Amino acid sequence: MDEMLTLDNVSLSYQTIHGETEALRGVSFDVAKGEFVAIVGPSGCGKTTVLSVVAGLLKPTDGAVVLDGKRVDAPGGNVGYMLQKDTLFEWLTISKNVELGLKIQKKLTPESRAYAHSLLEKYGLAEFAEHLPGQLSGGMRQRAALIRTLAFRPKILLLDEPFSALDYQTRLSVAENVSGIIRDEGVTALLVTHDIGEACSLGNRVIVLSPRPATVRKIIDIPLPSGPEKRREHKRFGEITNGIWKELKN
Amino acid sequence: MKRKIMTPHEKYLKEVRRGKIIIKLWQFGLLAAMLGLWELLTAVGAIDAFFMSSPSRIVMTFIDLAAGGEFFYHIGVTLLECLIGFAVSMVVGSIIAVLLWLSVGARKVAEPYLVVLNALPKIALGPLIIIWVGSGMKAIVLMAVLICIVVTVISVLEGLCATAPDKLLLLRSMGANRFQLLRYAVLPSALPTFLSVTKINVGLAWVGTVMGEYLVSGAGLGYLIVYGGQVFKTDLVMTATVTLCVLAGGMYALTALAEKLLKRRNKKRGAGQVQ
Ligand SMILES: Nc1ncnc2c1ncn2[C@@H]1O[C@H](COP(=O)(O)OP(=O)(O)OP(=O)(O)O)[C@@H](O)[C@H]1O
Ligand SMILES: [Mg+2]
Repeated sequence: MDEMLTLDNVSLSYQTIHGETEALRGVSFDVAKGEFVAIVGPSGCGKTTVLSVVAGLLKPTDGAVVLDGKRVDAPGGNVGYMLQKDTLFEWLTISKNVELGLKIQKKLTPESRAYAHSLLEKYGLAEFAEHLPGQLSGGMRQRAALIRTLAFRPKILLLDEPFSALDYQTRLSVAENVSGIIRDEGVTALLVTHDIGEACSLGNRVIVLSPRPATVRKIIDIPLPSGPEKRREHKRFGEITNGIWKELKN
Repeated sequence: MKRKIMTPHEKYLKEVRRGKIIIKLWQFGLLAAMLGLWELLTAVGAIDAFFMSSPSRIVMTFIDLAAGGEFFYHIGVTLLECLIGFAVSMVVGSIIAVLLWLSVGARKVAEPYLVVLNALPKIALGPLIIIWVGSGMKAIVLMAVLICIVVTVISVLEGLCATAPDKLLLLRSMGANRFQLLRYAVLPSALPTFLSVTKINVGLAWVGTVMGEYLVSGAGLGYLIVYGGQVFKTDLVMTATVTLCVLAGGMYALTALAEKLLKRRNKKRGAGQVQ
């Protein structure tokens, strides 16, 4: 299979004056091109650490991360990182926010700008392009944040509990929305969550991590049709989430 | 005749407007009452106008001084010293703060120095200042700068360091370098702090200037106050003091206005509210 991301035996320990915290121990997995992989694990187990390592923000103590055939050891502008809070810059208009990555990477050309704006257009935010983020609803902001990460065409999208700041109703519709955009654009994505239902409704595969130090406990294929809503209504959905829940528990 | 029926919101707005007017009336009323009482008590001789001066004598003194033209020279000198002191501390102080932000090492090394400099009563440096730069305008400006700059460095640096870590993380994941972090996240986040430091410095620059003039000057409002005190001309002291009040207040009002305009401009860039 055509791999986009490979983690090979990645270990990481945080060093502080008070001592050492072992966060990851020998974590290995692959993500194929165009695949959507979800990671679940108990709180504090090292999920965010996995994403930071993939983004090159942290250097593994041991092991290697390979993104699209190249070893990652510093932020290279190849990942689109989406955080729990949308972190739109409140002093920039939506369109300026969306162009931010392009500007940072000095890739802002008429073509790239047109692409960014076509995304806004396609996903219903064109009329708000000149608005400030504070004037948009939580769901719209999350969509804008997603478009911002897509605008510079990253090789992989890293999503760190991107919906957890939203209330339950909004969360379902935004998840539906966001996963639709990711599928449409054919982006490879790695999602971190502690919500098993969310993982199963979005991922092609779900990686279950152990408590800290995180090791890969199991990798589960989700053999369901795509689309969160369709999945949640599928008769096997409960059985699969239960299986993952049991895996997390023991 | 039909009275126009007000909606609850219109009623609310009317109440708010009324409240504002009442506050303004009280503010002016209080001033008028104090001035009136002062005038009255000196007029009937209950207090001695020689020591206390009086509103009418202040006005007369002002007219006399203004007619001579020399008064405006003194105002000009003080204003110039204050503006230079203010501008230099804002610019140099902010640059130092940015440099300290860029280098974590330098920031840690500088910290105890900033703390001590901040705690030090700058007036204690007066004699040294005179030895170093002489007893001219330079000394006065230096005094103003010393008083403003430490606060500027400390507060602006605090504002720069308060940038949301999430925003920095996001930019770093996009591959931003330190200067891009500064330009795209840190400086814009620190803008409100910068504006409040500006307002604080408007006040401090006046403190520094007058303090400097007490120390060395041969001209300026501070000089007039000291001179008036020495020769027991209470009217002159009071007139110069009132002029200082008006100037400092005016400069503060200008700063507040500039801030308001800046905020409005920022808001305007995102048109109408979306529901
Ligand atoms: N900068 C750091 N320095 C020291 N220890 C850290 C640091 N960042 C995280 N840790 C520790 O490493 C462990 C894993 O953290 P991480 O944030 O990756 O967990 P997580 O699974 O994302 O947690 P959560 O569910 O709360 O989001 C935690 O025990 C945390 O306390
Ligand atoms: Mg986390």
